[in-house]
Amino acid sequence: MDVVGTLNAALRRVPAWLVYVAGAAWAVWLFWQALNQLGPYKVEPINVLERAYGEVALQLLVAGLFVTPLRRFLGLNLLKFRRAIGVTAFFFVLAHFLVFAVLDVQSLERVWTEIVKRPYVTVGMAGFLALIPLAITSNNLSIRKLGGATWRKLHKLTYAAGLLGAVHFLWLVKGFQIEPIIYTVIIVGLLATRVKWSSLRPAATA
Amino acid sequence: MAYRWKNDLTRADVTPKAAYLNRRQIMAGAMGLGVAGATGGVAQAQAELEPNSFEDITSYNNFYEFGTGKEDPARNAGALVTEPWSIKVDGMVDNPGDYTLADLLDGLTAEERIYRFRCVEAWSMVVPWNGVELADVLAKVGVQSQAKYVAFETTVQPDVMIGVQRRVIPFPYVEGLRLDEAMHPLTLLATGIYGEPMPNQNGAPIRLVVPWKYGFKSIKSIVRITLTDEEPPASWNIINPREYGFYSNVNPNVDHPRWSQATERQIGGGLFASRKDTLMFNGYEAEVASLYEGMDLNEFY
Ligand code: HEM
Repeated sequence: MDVVGTLNAALRRVPAWLVYVAGAAWAVWLFWQALNQLGPYKVEPINVLERAYGEVALQLLVAGLFVTPLRRFLGLNLLKFRRAIGVTAFFFVLAHFLVFAVLDVQSLERVWTEIVKRPYVTVGMAGFLALIPLAITSNNLSIRKLGGATWRKLHKLTYAAGLLGAVHFLWLVKGFQIEPIIYTVIIVGLLATRVKWSSLRPAATA
Repeated sequence: MAYRWKNDLTRADVTPKAAYLNRRQIMAGAMGLGVAGATGGVAQAQAELEPNSFEDITSYNNFYEFGTGKEDPARNAGALVTEPWSIKVDGMVDNPGDYTLADLLDGLTAEERIYRFRCVEAWSMVVPWNGVELADVLAKVGVQSQAKYVAFETTVQPDVMIGVQRRVIPFPYVEGLRLDEAMHPLTLLATGIYGEPMPNQNGAPIRLVVPWKYGFKSIKSIVRITLTDEEPPASWNIINPREYGFYSNVNPNVDHPRWSQATERQIGGGLFASRKDTLMFNGYEAEVASLYEGMDLNEFY
């Protein structure tokens, strides 16, 4: 396909580190708006910033999950950006967590209570924890040390993190809201493209 | 009616702090230290209450008929049709019928009340409402002796209500109060904020204000008031009875299953605003605790 070919050629010239720069710039821009209470941050900047970081984190996780299917089904090659997308997602979750802990809840003791007592926070925390080993091993040295197969297996955790993030979102909204449902459907759909259906057999119980 | 509630907060509380302190010093001088000392605790607590700006109050709202985002109502409620407005009063009343706003309010005393407003989502504001006591309205329509509850209903205008089109929650939004809660002098039917007509996003043209309950009890844009002898349905209680009780009194000791109610953040403090402790009955314990004497507030949340 011509369009894809042109796109691939163009993308080859874009350095992956631009993702980090764009991510950092975006995070700072959101924080700056909140600090100066601009636009949607006018009245309640803490909650709006907390949500904004959470939302970007989830979007980046989904974007990372799109890389393989896009290549397989459309031939679009974004592989070299995947690590940067994933690591940036991790930093947005970290920022999301820090806003929650430092600006919103404002007490370590209560952060702990929230994590153990509120199921939607527990689920979010599980997603965060799942991302930590991924962020730590997102470098060539780790791939070499772990070996490609093990590393790939470990990084399947991205799906878990994405799903946990989506369930976290589903759980925290009130009433019937379409956004978290859309994220969940997309992530489940992406996961479905990765499952080797033929190898799935009912587990033998003997 | 037991008494008329006296507002210890005035518009002067909106004035800058320096000017305000001056005024207090003058007052203290006039009253003498003895009196000031005796009422010091309450006065101190109230003195810390400063109403939020008109802009804050009118740009951060929950009004799911117009969308679930806090800015959605300000953005989308402009098209709400508030004129003409008719309120159906029915059920166990002596004078049922469809009342225009003017008829319903005719002859009643308009008041300004500066109340704390505590959302169930653990944020709060201070709002200078204008309105009448619900008790006065109920006296006018004549409550019959067998009535025990008051039910309220919000208008449904699907054409202009994006949340109704999306069926975010079942509509019309409905709420209810026990009759003694409805008759309490703190309970208002509000028609304005800061002396301005009620903005659409805040529940134009007339809404309930029950300051010791979570904000969602204070139903907006009322088109129907029904006196009944059975506990009326309340929207959030129907949607999720485990999370939202019929009473929904502000209570720092009973958490919402998904978050703590022990503290709150008052809107308007910026990015580094600190949390403060939530007060029992939102600070109106002295006025309303007797309504719930003998009730287990863990059970009747
Ligand atoms: C994989 C990790 C996570 C993802 C993808 C994620 C994503 C999100 C999203 C999308 C929202 C809703 C944004 C909106 O309403 O537009 C949200 C809200 C929230 N998240 Fe997370 N989150 C994660 C981890 C966490 C963690 C670790 C915590 C705290 C320990 C947390 C605490 C919260 C809270 C408290 C809210 C709701 C704020 C409110 O009350 O409005 N999240 N998150």
